[in-house]
Amino acid sequence: MATMTAGVLASFIHIDAATDAIRALKAQGHKDLTVYSAAPNHEIEEALDHPVSPVRLFTLVGGATGCAAGFAMTIWMSNNWPLLVGGKPIASVPPYVVIAFELTILLGALSTVLGVILLSAAKSRKRIPYDEKFSDDQIGVFVPCRADQAAAIEALFRQAGSVEVKHAA
Amino acid sequence: MAHAYTPKQTHAEVTRDIVATLGTPSRGYVMMLAGAVGLFLVGAVTFVMLLKNGLGLAGYNPPVMWSVYITTFVFWVGIGHAGTLISAILFLFRSQWRTAVYRATEAMTVFAVMTAGLFPIIHIGRQWVFYWLLPYPNQRYLWPNFKSPLLWDVFAISTYLTVSTTFLVVGLVPDIAAVRDKVSGWRKKLYAACSLGWTGSDNQWRHYTRGYLYLAALATPLVLSVHSVVSWDFAMSIIPGWHGTIFAPYFVAGAIYSGIGMVFTLLIPLRKLLRVEHMITDYHFDNLAKLTLFTGSILFYAYLMEYFVAWYSGNTFEQMTFWRRAFGPMWWAGWSMIICNAFVSQLLWFRKIRTNLTALFVISVFINIGMWFERYVIIVSSLSNDYDPWAWGQMNPTWADWGILAGSFGWFGMYFLLFARTFPIVAIQEIKETIPMPRKRGGH
Repeated sequence: MATMTAGVLASFIHIDAATDAIRALKAQGHKDLTVYSAAPNHEIEEALDHPVSPVRLFTLVGGATGCAAGFAMTIWMSNNWPLLVGGKPIASVPPYVVIAFELTILLGALSTVLGVILLSAAKSRKRIPYDEKFSDDQIGVFVPCRADQAAAIEALFRQAGSVEVKHAA
Repeated sequence: MAHAYTPKQTHAEVTRDIVATLGTPSRGYVMMLAGAVGLFLVGAVTFVMLLKNGLGLAGYNPPVMWSVYITTFVFWVGIGHAGTLISAILFLFRSQWRTAVYRATEAMTVFAVMTAGLFPIIHIGRQWVFYWLLPYPNQRYLWPNFKSPLLWDVFAISTYLTVSTTFLVVGLVPDIAAVRDKVSGWRKKLYAACSLGWTGSDNQWRHYTRGYLYLAALATPLVLSVHSVVSWDFAMSIIPGWHGTIFAPYFVAGAIYSGIGMVFTLLIPLRKLLRVEHMITDYHFDNLAKLTLFTGSILFYAYLMEYFVAWYSGNTFEQMTFWRRAFGPMWWAGWSMIICNAFVSQLLWFRKIRTNLTALFVISVFINIGMWFERYVIIVSSLSNDYDPWAWGQMNPTWADWGILAGSFGWFGMYFLLFARTFPIVAIQEIKETIPMPRKRGGH
C-alpha cells in the first residue's frame, strides 16, 4: 500500500474562508492542492481554476466508435447472408440508422463513465489524508509539504478561518 | 409561480435525515415488501406453469397473437420514461426542484425497464432461446433482420436499460460515500466497497460533473427515441389503428404521462414510510402534476387526432377500427383509456388538486389503469379486427395473463422497495448543491 502523503489538512465550515485559503496557497506557489467537498461548488472551482476535464474526449471517441460499429455491423451482416426480397437493397441504410444511433448512445455513455473512472483514479493512487466530515458539511483543503513548511501553512489556514488543522507525516 | 427551489435544511441535516431512511424498517414498509414478494410469487408460479404447458395457457386466439404480455411490456417501458425525463432532461434545463425526486424516479426507471424486458421473453414461448434475438456468430451463419422494428427494439431497450442503470449508479456513488462516513460495522465495509473510493476531492468532482453532464446529454435523445422505437413495433406494420405517423410522439407523451403517474403512486406513500415529507413536499408534487397535465393534454390531443384522421382519411378499415374501439365489443376498454387519461388529467388544471396528495394518489391510480388499457386497446382491438371479417376474432385474458401481470407488479415493487431501504432514495449530493454554504462574512 502506498504511504500517506506528508502535508497539512485543514477543515472549513465557511465557503469563503476555504476559497480565501486556496487563493492564498496558490499565490504562494502551492499547486498540488486537494480540496474536498460534499457537493460540487462553483466558488471552489473558480478558486482552483482547473482546466476543463478531458472526459469529453472519451465521450466523443466512444460515441463515434458506436456509430461506426452500428453501421458496419448491420451492413456487413446483411451482405454476409444476402436475402433478396422484392428487389429491395440487401443493405438498406435508413433502418440501420436506429441501430447506429443506439450504439452511439451506448458506447458514448459507457466510455464517458470509463473516462471518469480512469481520470479520477489517475490522481487517487496517492494516499491523501481525508476526514469523514468532508462528505457531510465541511470543506477540506490538503497541501502536500515538507515538515519545515507545515507551521507557516497552518498559520495561513488559521488566519483564513479554518476550524481544524491536522498534520500528516 | 416558478421560483428557484432552496431546501431549508443545512448540509448536516440533509445527510442525517437521508441516512436515517436506511435504518430499521417500519411495519408499513415490511408489509408492503411482503405484499410485493407475494405478488412476485404469483407471477413466478404462473411462469413455471407456462414453461411446463406452453403459451396455450394464455388467452392468445388468432388473429390476436399479441395481447396481455406485449401490452404489459409497453406499459412498463412507458413507466420507465419519467425517470430519465426528470433525471436527465430536467438536469439539462437546470430545474432545481428535480433534486428531491430524481433518485426515486431514476430507480423506478431501471426497475421498470428490467420488468419490461421480461415480457418479450415470456411472450416468445421458447424462453430458453431468447438469445436468438442477438446478433452472434452461429453455426448456421444466420444474422437477425436489422430491417425489423422488433430488432430495433432489442437494441433500444438493452441500450436504455444499460444507460439508465449507469446513470443511476454514477449518481449514487457520492451519496454512498456520504452514507459510508456515517455508519459503522459491516455496513461501513459494504458501503465503502460500493463507493469506489469516492472522497469528493476536486479532481473527482471535476471529471464527475463533466461526465454526468455528458451522460445527461446522451440520455436525453435516448429517452425520446426508446418509446419512438417501441411505437414503430406497431406503426411500421399495416394493421389499421397502428399504421400512423403520429405514433412516435403519441407514445413518448403517453410514456412520460404514465411514468409520472407511477411516481405519484410510489412516492406519496413512500415519503411517509421513510419520513422524508420535509424533503419531498407539496411543491415537488405540484411541479410533477404540471408535467402530468402537460403530457396528459398532449395525449388528449393525440386521441382526438386519431379519431379525426380515421374519419378524415376516408379509409374504411381505419374508420371501422376506431368505431369499434368506441362502440364495439371492447368499448369498455376504449372508454376506460379515454376517461382515465384524457379526462382525469384535466383535473390537474386546479392547484387545489395538484397540492392535495390524496387526490393526486387517486388520480395516479387512474393514470396507471388508463395507460395499461391504452396499450391493451391499441394492441388487441387492432389485431382482432383487421381487413378480412372472416379472419376476425376476440381474445379474453386468462388467469395466466393476469398472473404474469400481477407478478410483474410484485417483481417491480420488490426491487424498488429493497432499493429504497439500501440506498439513499433522495439524492444527498444534489440536494446539498442547492443549499448555499455558510459564509464567515455573513449571509449565504
